[in-house]
Formats: sequence, C-alpha cells, structure tokens
Amino acid sequence: MTIELSVNNEKKSLAANTLLSDALQQWDYGDSKIAVAINGEFVPRSTYNERALCNGDQIDIVKPVGGG
Amino acid sequence: MSYHKPEKDFTLYGETFSSRFLLGTALYASPQLMRDSIIQSRCEIVTLGLRRQNPANRDGDAIWQYIQESGCRLLPNTAGCKSVKEAVTLAEMSREIFNTDWIKLEVVGDDYNLQPDPFGLVEASEMLIKKGFKVLPYCTDDLILCKRLLDVGCEVLMPWGAPIGTGQGLLNRYSLRTLRERIKDVPMIIDAGLGAPSQAAEAMEMGFDGILLNTAVAKAHNPPMMAEAFGDAIDAGRKAYKAGLMQKRQTASPSTPTIGQPFWHQQ
Repeated sequence: MTIELSVNNEKKSLAANTLLSDALQQWDYGDSKIAVAINGEFVPRSTYNERALCNGDQIDIVKPVGGG
Repeated sequence: MSYHKPEKDFTLYGETFSSRFLLGTALYASPQLMRDSIIQSRCEIVTLGLRRQNPANRDGDAIWQYIQESGCRLLPNTAGCKSVKEAVTLAEMSREIFNTDWIKLEVVGDDYNLQPDPFGLVEASEMLIKKGFKVLPYCTDDLILCKRLLDVGCEVLMPWGAPIGTGQGLLNRYSLRTLRERIKDVPMIIDAGLGAPSQAAEAMEMGFDGILLNTAVAKAHNPPMMAEAFGDAIDAGRKAYKAGLMQKRQTASPSTPTIGQPFWHQQ
C-alpha cells in the first residue's frame, strides 16, 4: 500500500509506514544540511528514525541560503 | 596620539563584538563577491536564511561554505514568515541547522512594504524566548511596540530605517530619536532600508548601536568596496557620537577670531 504526500509542495508517493529517515535517503537528502517540518511543526533530527510518515503529510525540507 | 580608544563595548546577549556592522548574505552576483564583501566590511555577524531546495540544487553550498569560513557569528532569520506559527517553526529549524539560539525574528505584516506585524512579533518573541531563544526582532520604529518587545524579554531591538531593500535611509528621524531617547540602555540596531554609508553614519551619530543591511552592499556596482565604505561610515558615526556633536544654532557665528581683524577702523 502506498501513501501520497507533499514534499516542498511537490507530490510524492511512498510505501505506507516509511520512516522519515528512510524517506530522506530515498529523496537524496541523505547527507545534506537540512531541517524538516511536517504539517507546519518542527521535527527534530533526533526523531527522524522514529517518525513514520502518513498519507497527506505536508513536509517542508529547508537548507541554508543567503539571507538579509 | 589618538584620542579614540578602541571600543569593545558592543554586547548582544552577553557576546561582545568589535564591529558594529551586521551584514546580510543574500543578493550578491556571486558567492565570491559575498565572501569578499564580508571580509571588506570587517563585520563579525552575518545574517542568513533557510529555504526549500531541491536536493540536487547545490547553489547554496558555496555560500554556506564561505559563511562558515568567515568565522562570523551566525544570525539566522525568519524572513518571509507571515504568521507566528511559521516564524516559530522556522526559528526552531534554524536553531537545529545552525546550532545557535540567536534568531533575527521577522513576521511580515504586509506584502507591499514588508512592514513587520507588531502584534505577531510580540507574540512570536514571547513564545521563542520561552523556548530559550535569544530574539533580535526586526521591528518598526514604534516606541510602544519596542517597549512591549522588551517586556516579553527581548534584549536587543532592530528598528527599521525604511522598508527592506528600498535604500531610502532614515525615513522617520523623529521616531528614531524618540526611541533612542526613551530606551537608552538596550542595544538598538538599525536594520533595513539604508542605501548609502552617510545614512548609516547618521544613525550611528544619533546613538544607535549598530547597523544591519544587505541590499545596499550586494547591489552596489562594487559590493566589497561598498562594504568597506559602510564599515568606515559606521566607525565614523560611532566615533562622532562618542565625541559629542555640537549643538545646532540658528545664527552664524564666526570661527576665526574677530579680535585683530585687519582693515577694520572705528567709524
């Protein structure tokens, strides 16, 4: 069974119960300097391998950029 | 002999800095120009942000590498956040990724002039301070807003000179002077809206403690040279403030002695 979710406003499919840590590897974020929020809530890095993704989750993955 | 003793009294949240210039890292034509501008500015604090990026996009990597190599203290922002929740979440993401509890808090209240939302700013500041953040709020020059920000625990204020990216300078000198007069003991940094080094010098002459800007340097024809010019102006303005400006007068007063004036005869 697969679930549908949104990653940085782009639709993605995943196997049900995929952990965030595994999903990030699949999406090639493996070794990047990133931070993650799911449904507008910050998700600490220490919980990536406990957090199972759900159908309809809206995931934001951010990286450092220049800023003012 | 120099009458100017080097200062080391610019302290923000317990950290002391030699430079009163905070520089943004966006909008440069190349990462190398950003790096060279940081060096020439002599700044010790840089702002930066977080954005969604495709994992294949490595554009930000060079910028991040140069920022790290600069050794500057990082001041991440919550630019673009329009709600308290967005700002708080992005601050938490910043704290983890940059390993700092400092946050330049921005809550945008209007898309046209990017004016800070005063109500959201106070609410977000209070929430973040309870979560252990050291909040540097980008705010307007409204005295009561600034007092409320201090009430909830902000130890630094960053009032605007003008809306972000406009280069208009100090639009409301009355409000800024009032702010400085009424809030004497809290570090205040003029953040945003400055376009020329003379404007930065003026803000420093008024007694503000520091200057944060980005566009005026990044969009100059020669950003590193402009960064140096702003650094010089900020130093000059600070030195002038410490030296004490003369009082303005309505009437002329000769500077050369009138006694002994040649060609003068009793009528």
